Amino acid sequence: MASRLKETDVVIVGLGAAGGVAALPLAQAGIEVVGLEAGTWLTRKDFAPDELRNNVRGWPQAAQKANQEIPTSRANASSPTAPRATVHPMMNGVGGTTLHYWGQSWRLNPWDFKVVSETKRRYGASRVPKGSTVQDWPFGYDELEAYYDKVEYEVGVSGQAGNIDGKIDPRGNPFEAPRKRGYPMPPLRWTEFIEKMAASAKSLGWHPFPGPASVNSRSYQNRSACMYHGFCNRGGCHVDAKNSTMVTTIPRAQATGRLKVVTRAHVTTIEVDANGQVAGVNYLTDGVEYFQPARVVLLAGYTYENARLLLLSKSKAFPNGLSNNHGQVGRHYFSHNMLAGVSALFPANTSSWYGLPAQGVAVDDWADDNFDHSGLDFIGGGNLWVYSDRRPIGAAGMSTFGRAPAWGSAWKAFIKENADRSNTAYIQKTTLPYEDNYLDLDPAVKDPLGFPVCRVTAEFKDNERRVAVFTQEKMERWYREAGAVAVQRAPVGGAMGISTHAYGGTRMGDNPEINVVDRWGFSHEAPNLGVLGASTMGTSGGHNPTLTVQALAWRTAEHLAKNWNRISSRRS
Amino acid sequence: MTFISRRDLLKRTVAVAAAAPVVRALERSAENLAPPEASVARTIQAGGAPGALESLSAHEMELLEAIVSRLIPSDANGPGALEAGAARYIDRALAGVLSPSREAYRSGLAALDRYAQSSRGKMFAQLSPTDQDSVLMDVETGAATGFTGSSAAFFGMVLNHTHQGTFGDPYYGGNRDFVGWDLIGYPGVRTMVSTTDQKALEAHQLKPNHKSAYDYGSFTRASAHHVSAEATGHQEA
Repeated sequence: MASRLKETDVVIVGLGAAGGVAALPLAQAGIEVVGLEAGTWLTRKDFAPDELRNNVRGWPQAAQKANQEIPTSRANASSPTAPRATVHPMMNGVGGTTLHYWGQSWRLNPWDFKVVSETKRRYGASRVPKGSTVQDWPFGYDELEAYYDKVEYEVGVSGQAGNIDGKIDPRGNPFEAPRKRGYPMPPLRWTEFIEKMAASAKSLGWHPFPGPASVNSRSYQNRSACMYHGFCNRGGCHVDAKNSTMVTTIPRAQATGRLKVVTRAHVTTIEVDANGQVAGVNYLTDGVEYFQPARVVLLAGYTYENARLLLLSKSKAFPNGLSNNHGQVGRHYFSHNMLAGVSALFPANTSSWYGLPAQGVAVDDWADDNFDHSGLDFIGGGNLWVYSDRRPIGAAGMSTFGRAPAWGSAWKAFIKENADRSNTAYIQKTTLPYEDNYLDLDPAVKDPLGFPVCRVTAEFKDNERRVAVFTQEKMERWYREAGAVAVQRAPVGGAMGISTHAYGGTRMGDNPEINVVDRWGFSHEAPNLGVLGASTMGTSGGHNPTLTVQALAWRTAEHLAKNWNRISSRRS
Repeated sequence: MTFISRRDLLKRTVAVAAAAPVVRALERSAENLAPPEASVARTIQAGGAPGALESLSAHEMELLEAIVSRLIPSDANGPGALEAGAARYIDRALAGVLSPSREAYRSGLAALDRYAQSSRGKMFAQLSPTDQDSVLMDVETGAATGFTGSSAAFFGMVLNHTHQGTFGDPYYGGNRDFVGWDLIGYPGVRTMVSTTDQKALEAHQLKPNHKSAYDYGSFTRASAHHVSAEATGHQEA
């Protein structure tokens, strides 16, 4: 039998980007929170600048749960399952993947909240891609602005504002939505190569600007500024300059005395009582079962695990999985199209051995609906992003641009000359949900506990392919303008596979027939269950999801605190 | 109330408990992979001093060394993968983190030698460098016969691991004397890169520091260390 623990007000499943943020406003409001985390506490000592361990071997020291449940994937329902990835895109640890993520902290564009209505208004209803299940968000950018602001200051984001209350600042992004104030820190520094790329964008008539990062450009909240040592990509920060929830919101929540962090807690199911309300969660530590009762459960795993845990949590009230009586868990899934990148070879060194992937120059002229799509056959676009990030093993694996074989003396001469002369832009592109892209439980592959892993069935459709071709052409033009001597485009389209930017599966919306959670992030069917993370997002825009995930998490937690009696009350 | 019975859950619990020794065994091999404390400098100083092989036979090692010598040869552009100790790196890694590839090496190396013998009349290591390269081209393109699956997959794996052993941190036994990093102009692992350092790099004036990550005393070495360190009690403040 499971040991029944003392009931708490709120249990948060997963203390990562979302759960780690939500804990703070709850604890500050006087609510008792238990945070269950599958990983452990890591410290600066764990964050060695070690490419083999971090990048090649994928953080074996901190993926103990994730690597047991790597999702399977296939392009569509009639295609074979692809070879399974060997490393999960996320990690375990207090702070979750904010420990080793890139730290790019973007707000979405207002268009991303209103893709359907804005497309109809500007181009006509026929321009919404066929088969897409995209819908407008239940609220617009203005609703989220205050929460973006809150997180930018609480967590700490560096950047250059481009639009404060409608006043455009040409140093920033002129396509940015209006913000109430600037970032709490100036942007990260630029290298000579990034300066050159910015100048080339300007000569094309575009509007380059430094991207926002949850990385300290100067000391902030008594933590160090960034050291630019070059191991930020899939690496934790050795000076705590990356603003993971481990060093920001979680310790502040703990300081209230109302957040209890439980590490190495492997949550297996969410328990439902006879009235169809959520009662708490079951978890294992070292094979020992615990039941943590709670008035409210906030599910804050990664997108794949959020959907999987709901599907695994079957009960009389929810025979097809928790909050799945409308069959919507796993639907409206998509992952950000960050494939179909562009690589360039330059005639001189770019001096990119140091720096970080959140340090760079962005162009939003071709993102979202920032340009006229009247004569085009797609909607949306992509953010062009050029950054400083290179390590030796990765450099050795660079494309030879058809100029040398892959090995031997000729390759060696090529790599000696060119190891620091390439640059790759992956381009984050608008990606939409479709009727036949979804998550479910794999019928064959199980984790070591015997539970099925998540299965991804998803492929890029025409709209995504057209956005990819269009933005690749822009990116190639930018590289050529900066003097690239060779440019290569990666293939467009195909299966989505598994991703670090996975959305949907528990989509947010007013209509319970086609959405799992309401506009506040609470289940339409089990109202004392909240879901946090990009699994609630219905569109991606062309920018990294984490800041939006964190703004939504803060908003859900604040809503819960303000409506505590109603949401936490037991039906009888 | 879930539909998973307590008995089911118990069975699953037992399955995890049974899996635990496997996990621990992997962790141990990860620890074995890491040289003992303060040995980074010794590894580097050891140069070509041969130690005992950890997973390959002497013949397999001779063959692997002949292969990596052609993948990244020693030539006018400096030392290559053999001098970097890439084969040694692979041998050590196959006893630990790369142990799932051990069988692929055993069968792939044997197939390569058989293919060299049948197509060129000699064991691979006895062929001239030109003939070795032509054999490797066949293996690279998948044209070589006698492999389990495609020879191209074997080639890709060996090339990938040769890169790791040539350009990875010397802590793991390759990149001896930093020959890989010097080849590509990597100025070395630093824990801080100031604006001045960046400008020096841009002016081609930043000297390689020849440091491993673990020459900075501040980092935990064994990758699994943290898990075992926390294996007591589950409730934390």
